[in-house]
Amino acid sequence: MTLSREEVAALGRLARIELSAEELDHLAPQLDQILEHVAQVSEVAAADIQPTSHPLPLTNVFRADEPKPCLTVEAALSGAPAVEGNRFRVPRILGEEA
Amino acid sequence: MSDIVHSSAAELAARIADREVTSVEVTQAHLDRIAAVEPAVHAFLHVDSERALAKAAEVDAKIGNGESVGPLAGVPLALKDVLTYSGAPTTCGSRILQDWVPPYDATVTKRLLAADIVILGKTNMDEFAMGSSTENSAFGPTHNPWDLDRIPGGSGGGSSASLAAFEAPLAIGTDTGGSIRQPAAVTGTVGVKPTYGGTSRYGLVALASSLDQPGPCARTVLDAALLHEVIAGYDPADSTSINAPVPPIVQAARSGDISGMRIGVVKEFAGEGYAPGVEHRFAEAVELLAGLGAEIVAVSCPNFRYAMPAYYLILPSEASSNLAKFDAMRYGLRVGDDGVASAEEVMAATREAGFGAEVKRRIMIGTYALSSGYYDAYYGQAQKVRTLIINDFARAYEQVDVLVSPTTPTTAFKIGEKVDDPLAMYLNDLCTIPSNLAGNASASFPVGLAPEDGLPVGLQVIAPPLADDRLYRVGAALERVLTEQWGGPLLSRVPDLGGPELEVVA
Repeated sequence: MTLSREEVAALGRLARIELSAEELDHLAPQLDQILEHVAQVSEVAAADIQPTSHPLPLTNVFRADEPKPCLTVEAALSGAPAVEGNRFRVPRILGEEA
Repeated sequence: MSDIVHSSAAELAARIADREVTSVEVTQAHLDRIAAVEPAVHAFLHVDSERALAKAAEVDAKIGNGESVGPLAGVPLALKDVLTYSGAPTTCGSRILQDWVPPYDATVTKRLLAADIVILGKTNMDEFAMGSSTENSAFGPTHNPWDLDRIPGGSGGGSSASLAAFEAPLAIGTDTGGSIRQPAAVTGTVGVKPTYGGTSRYGLVALASSLDQPGPCARTVLDAALLHEVIAGYDPADSTSINAPVPPIVQAARSGDISGMRIGVVKEFAGEGYAPGVEHRFAEAVELLAGLGAEIVAVSCPNFRYAMPAYYLILPSEASSNLAKFDAMRYGLRVGDDGVASAEEVMAATREAGFGAEVKRRIMIGTYALSSGYYDAYYGQAQKVRTLIINDFARAYEQVDVLVSPTTPTTAFKIGEKVDDPLAMYLNDLCTIPSNLAGNASASFPVGLAPEDGLPVGLQVIAPPLADDRLYRVGAALERVLTEQWGGPLLSRVPDLGGPELEVVA
C-alpha cells in the first residue's frame, strides 16, 4: 500500500484540515507506515466473529421529557469566537457558486 | 517534625481532620513546592492558587465547626486538563482550546469538590490525550522528576510528574489506551484504570468514547483506592455509566491479602522489545507474589498481538468523529474569519492551525478507516479483533483471578527520541491497550528501578470488569513487601529537584 500525496490531501479535505505542502510530504509516508501496521487486522480469520463496538452491552436510556435547569445564554456563549446579539456569529455557510 | 509534601493523602487527611495541621497550610506547602519545581518539571498548565486556598479555608472551617467531612477532606489534588472545571481553562493540551474556560464541571470534578478535595490546578498532557510522552502538548513537554531529560509518560504525564515531584499527593488521569498506567509506570507511581463505566465520562473531553475512562493516580495504593471511591459510581449524565455498587476497593487496599489468589502471567508480553531491567523487576515481583501465597499460572492470550493494530483503527475512527466538534463555530479557536471566507474554509484553516501533528495523523487515519470502500477491511475487521481479545480475557479468567504483565516494555525514554516516529511511540501502549478494548479494570504499581538505568518499572494487574478490588489487593501486597525490602517508598529516591528547602511544620 502506498498513500500518495494527493490521497493525503483528499483525506485532509474530508477531515476539514488544510494541509501545507511540507505537511503533505511529511505525513504521507507516516500515514502509510501506520496503515501498513494496522492492516495486520486483516490477517485474522474472523468471518464468523461478531464485531464489538463497545465493551458494555448498550441499551438506549430514556428519561422523562421534563424541563431541567441548563446553561444560561451567557454561559453557552461564553466561549464563542464571535457573538452577535444572543447568538453565535458564524462565517457565511454557502460558497460563491451556491 | 513532619514533612507535608512527602506525606500520603491518607496521612494528610487524618492530620487535617485531627486539626494537627490546617488544609490551608497543606495547600500552601504544595503551592510553594509547585512554585519551586515547576520551572524544571512543567507538570501544570494552570495553577489555581486562589480557589485552592479558598476551598482549603472552607474545609478548615467545616472541621472547626465539627461538621463531618470525607476521608480525603482538605487534601490537594492535580486535575488532568481534559476534565472540565468551570472557571479554569480546559485546554486538553491543544491550541484549539487555548483560552477556553468551560461553563460547567465534569462529574469527576463535582465529586472531588463535594468530597472537600482541594483542586490545585490542571495538569499537562499530550494533545487530546493522544500520546505516550506528553511531548504532544502544544504547551511544551513535562519532564520526568527521576531524570529531567526523560519523558514522564503520556498522555497523563503532568499528573504522574506532579506526584513524583511532590507537587500534589493525588491526581486524576484518564486512560484510553494506557494514559494512566504507562505514566504511573515510568514515574514510580500508582495509576488505576477503573472498569469501563465505573467512573463517569461526563465533562471528560472525549478522545475515543468506547475506550476512555477517568481514574485515580497517587503515590500509595491506599491513596489511589480512597480517591477511586470518591470519583466512582453511577452517573445518569453518562449513558455508559454502570448502575452497580462500587467494588470494595478501599477494603482491598487495606487488606492486601492475596493468599490463594490465582495470578496469570501473560506469555505474549515478554521477549523481544522488552528492556532487560523491566523483565528482571517484573519476574522478581511475580516471585514475591508467589511467596505471599498466590498461585502463579502462565496464560496465553494469542489475539493480544492484534490489539495494537485494532486499537489504532478503533481509536482514530472514534477520535475523528469526536474531534469534528472543533469546528471554530461555538467555542475555541477561530482562524481566517475575514468576512469573505466561508464557514468550511474557516473550519479547515482553524483545524490546520489549532491541531498538532499527532492529532492530524489520527484524524486522517480515522477518516480513512471509516471511508466507504475501506470500512469493512479496517474498522469492521478491528471490531471483530476486539471480540477476539474479549474472548481471550474470558478464557484466561476461567483459569485465573487476575493477569499480570509489565506495564510498558521499557523505562522512560529521552525527550525527543521518538517524537517523529509514530509507530515507535505507539509501542509504549502494547501491554495496556487490551484492557481498554475489553473494558476491564487495570492498574500499574511500582516494582523497583531497572538495574541498567535506575529508572522506575511498573507491573500491570488486570482484573475482570467490576473486580477492581482485586487490583488493589495485589497492589497493596506488593507495596507492603517491596517497601520493606527497599527500606522506604521507592519515591524517596527521586533526585532532589533543586527547589528550596521543603516546607516543614512542627
